[in-house]
Amino acid sequence: MSKKMQITLTVNGETQELLAEPRELLIYVLRERLNITGPHVGCETSHCGACTVTMDGKSVKSCTVFAAQANGAEITTIEGIGSPDSLHVLQNAFREHHGLQCGFCTPGMITRATKLLEDNPNPTEEDVRFGMAGNLCRCTGYQNIVKSVLAAATELSAAKEAAE
Amino acid sequence: MSDILALAPRFGSNSGQSLTRRDGVAKVTGTATFAADNHPDGLLYAVYVPATIARGTVTHLDVAAAKAHPGVVEVITPENRPPLAGDPDSKPFMFAFRFEALQNNTVRYANQPIALVLAETFEAATEGARLLNPLYDAQQPRMGLDGDAPFTPESGGLGLPGTTVHGDIDAGHAASAQDIDVTYETPEQYHNAMETHAVVAQWNGDHVTLDIPSQAIVMQRGAFGYYFGIPPENVTIRSPYLGGGFGSKAIINGPQILAILAARMTGRPVKLMLSRDQMFGPSGHRGATRQRLRIGIDTDHRMTVLDHNSLATTSTFDTFVESAANASQGLYAAGALRSAHQGVRIDAGTPGPVRAPGEAPGSAALECAMDEMAYKAGIDPLEFRLKNYAETEPGTGKPYSSKALRDCYAQGAARFGWAGRPLAPRQMTDENGMLVGWGMGTALFAAPMFAAQARAVLRPDGTGLVETAASDMGQGAWTALAQIAADSLGLPMDRIEFRSGTSDLPDAGIAGGSAHTATAGGALHAAGTDAIRRLAELATGDPDSPLYGAGNAGVIARDGRLHARDDDTRSESFADIITRAGGAEVEGKGSASRTAEASAAHAMYSHGAVFAEVKVDPDLFQIRVTRLVGAFAAGRIINPKLTESQLMGGMIWGISFALHEEARFDQRTGRIMNADLAGYHIPVNADVSGLEVITVHEDDPHVNPLGIKGVGEIGITGTVGAIGNAIWHATGTRVRHFPIRIPDLLTGA
Repeated sequence: MSKKMQITLTVNGETQELLAEPRELLIYVLRERLNITGPHVGCETSHCGACTVTMDGKSVKSCTVFAAQANGAEITTIEGIGSPDSLHVLQNAFREHHGLQCGFCTPGMITRATKLLEDNPNPTEEDVRFGMAGNLCRCTGYQNIVKSVLAAATELSAAKEAAE
Repeated sequence: MSDILALAPRFGSNSGQSLTRRDGVAKVTGTATFAADNHPDGLLYAVYVPATIARGTVTHLDVAAAKAHPGVVEVITPENRPPLAGDPDSKPFMFAFRFEALQNNTVRYANQPIALVLAETFEAATEGARLLNPLYDAQQPRMGLDGDAPFTPESGGLGLPGTTVHGDIDAGHAASAQDIDVTYETPEQYHNAMETHAVVAQWNGDHVTLDIPSQAIVMQRGAFGYYFGIPPENVTIRSPYLGGGFGSKAIINGPQILAILAARMTGRPVKLMLSRDQMFGPSGHRGATRQRLRIGIDTDHRMTVLDHNSLATTSTFDTFVESAANASQGLYAAGALRSAHQGVRIDAGTPGPVRAPGEAPGSAALECAMDEMAYKAGIDPLEFRLKNYAETEPGTGKPYSSKALRDCYAQGAARFGWAGRPLAPRQMTDENGMLVGWGMGTALFAAPMFAAQARAVLRPDGTGLVETAASDMGQGAWTALAQIAADSLGLPMDRIEFRSGTSDLPDAGIAGGSAHTATAGGALHAAGTDAIRRLAELATGDPDSPLYGAGNAGVIARDGRLHARDDDTRSESFADIITRAGGAEVEGKGSASRTAEASAAHAMYSHGAVFAEVKVDPDLFQIRVTRLVGAFAAGRIINPKLTESQLMGGMIWGISFALHEEARFDQRTGRIMNADLAGYHIPVNADVSGLEVITVHEDDPHVNPLGIKGVGEIGITGTVGAIGNAIWHATGTRVRHFPIRIPDLLTGA
């Protein structure tokens, strides 16, 4: 094991300074050291997306990002997207349209969806299905997940138009 | 019973509504606490070392190297493992499976635990586990359905009959004018809930608290207590949310036991989280099957015989034989019926119940065989099924408690547009030249009940508290059960508190068999009804109450008030009744189970019909399911939103079974080659489109007092066969194994 290194992460707007071993993965730093447990570990191979966070404007699977790679990065997890008192449009859409069953994949799904809608505010159903193809739901609530994302897209677009 | 039921005539004001799930906010914000989200002070991390051989013994572990790694606190091997009070190789209670908890150095399958490393960090524990560098004396593993001589098990699945025969099989064969004799194979499949197995264990003296996903919260107290030599009440299980279960979280496994043991050994809380590859080993799976189906029909296309034999893999040290052939019981009116099972012992972990155990692979083979028979007979597959529609349960002659299957066929076929389907394959193409095929299958799943208890309390402020230790694996127990409880108390949803998910509450029974809503819901309903009865006694016996003299059966509960049945203007609020009676809470207790008499009187099943369209590329043979319509009748629907989601989820498992899922074992090493979500394929959002669910109305006065059947598993049945049949219809190639992949169609091209 080589030397620990000093890293700085900005997680949900808060700056975190910590000493990290080179082998530490971002997901475990978030979950086990910073107690940010919304993102979950589902596969450790980048395939399931339960650990999805936004890192410097990109959706990443935090189970396959070393904490050291995230040094200096801005990271948003589900906790930074909204809270129980103040749900993001996507969070409310997932709740309302039953875009979840067990809820284990949900934080990653919603985090991915925020980025998807940022990149493509008016997606087609196919855009959503392929844009969310890296997030697995075993239960499996795919139909309502797609419905939730499309509903949120409509609502966000309408809000944007109203504002313009 | 009728008098008690009459007290809650408003049943349905909350139930039947598509209420948004009550745990939704917690789950969309990441604040729902799953087991591994817990982080008590002083936590140690446990990582288990998986065997990399499938048969043999461990001859050496480099314990010194692991212990020398900074942060490693303890290494547990068979050499130093503290004793357990219960033998992991015993089967002392219902649902007990044999498991590996370092009782010796034998390896029975790949990925079984052979050591446990404890460290201050997850990373140090992981590295310590790697440094153990095991050496083995390995033997050639027995693999696959031909890995050993078949044996005849005493039972199929968990206690189902091993062989069932109704009528004269030989006579049935002899009487047939046409017949088929086909063999289908299905692979090993692993549950792979998104949440891997995890436990956080904390001891306090001889009491242990476990944060652990559990499909049998109260029952598992006794099970854990058995292995640790403590009474059930000394085990607290907290399982508010499960990240999926699918059967695997109803059964205790070795790694969990080792983590709990490690916590006792070290005196510190211990967290164990299985990695994804470790989910392919000690926590159960669905065994592979080879199913031979022989069907005979007379000149009128009526089945003279349905003879279903299934061979399934099980382990060398325990027995769970997938009850696939039982799928042929209960559905079609064959003159003679046989379901027979055999097992083969191989060097894999012991299989166990996986979503729709028995029925999923059994239905896959049966529904394809039905399609083959229909084509041979030259009739439409739906017409063939209607021709053999069972008015009473085949074999037993028992009446069905309810059976709206004809409506399922009709509504599903109409919605799909089944009429006019060409009988012959390879007749349809789309505008892009894709081969188009349509197939269908019947869905069937038994509607059992387990035993549950519940408690309901009416408080002086007019609110209610209801309690039962239910498991929410994702199906929506927090919502559907609360709806039932609210109705039983005559209260709106926002005036009840529902406590669930911990073992200090009344036993809600096992969350399996698609029976949890019926069972736990039944107990909650009984408890609420009991509380209302007691409240009514207070009111009708009190000269100061406007309800004085109305009699218990003469009042109804609605919106927090009791009303006189014959005069709605005579009413009093719960709060006033309780306050005037001295302010003590009014407690009701209830239980639910099915009597032997009720079981004997009726055959009880959920039914459905699934119609599939696939498109197959004529050159590349890529397969896509483009439409899937399922119509299901499952008794009273408590929450349509939750129910439809469950049914769709099951149907997507059907897509997965038909086209994706398969564990591949290396025949030389016995290791699974695709023990991860890269190689073990399940559908993604992009694999699913055109999915529709219809719930068909069905009143069932017999299945249980609430008329509830199950919806969690039936969606898989019917769907797999429908897709297999559609692929044949598109291409003309009959593939008799699952999953169906491109090379299977190339062979037939």
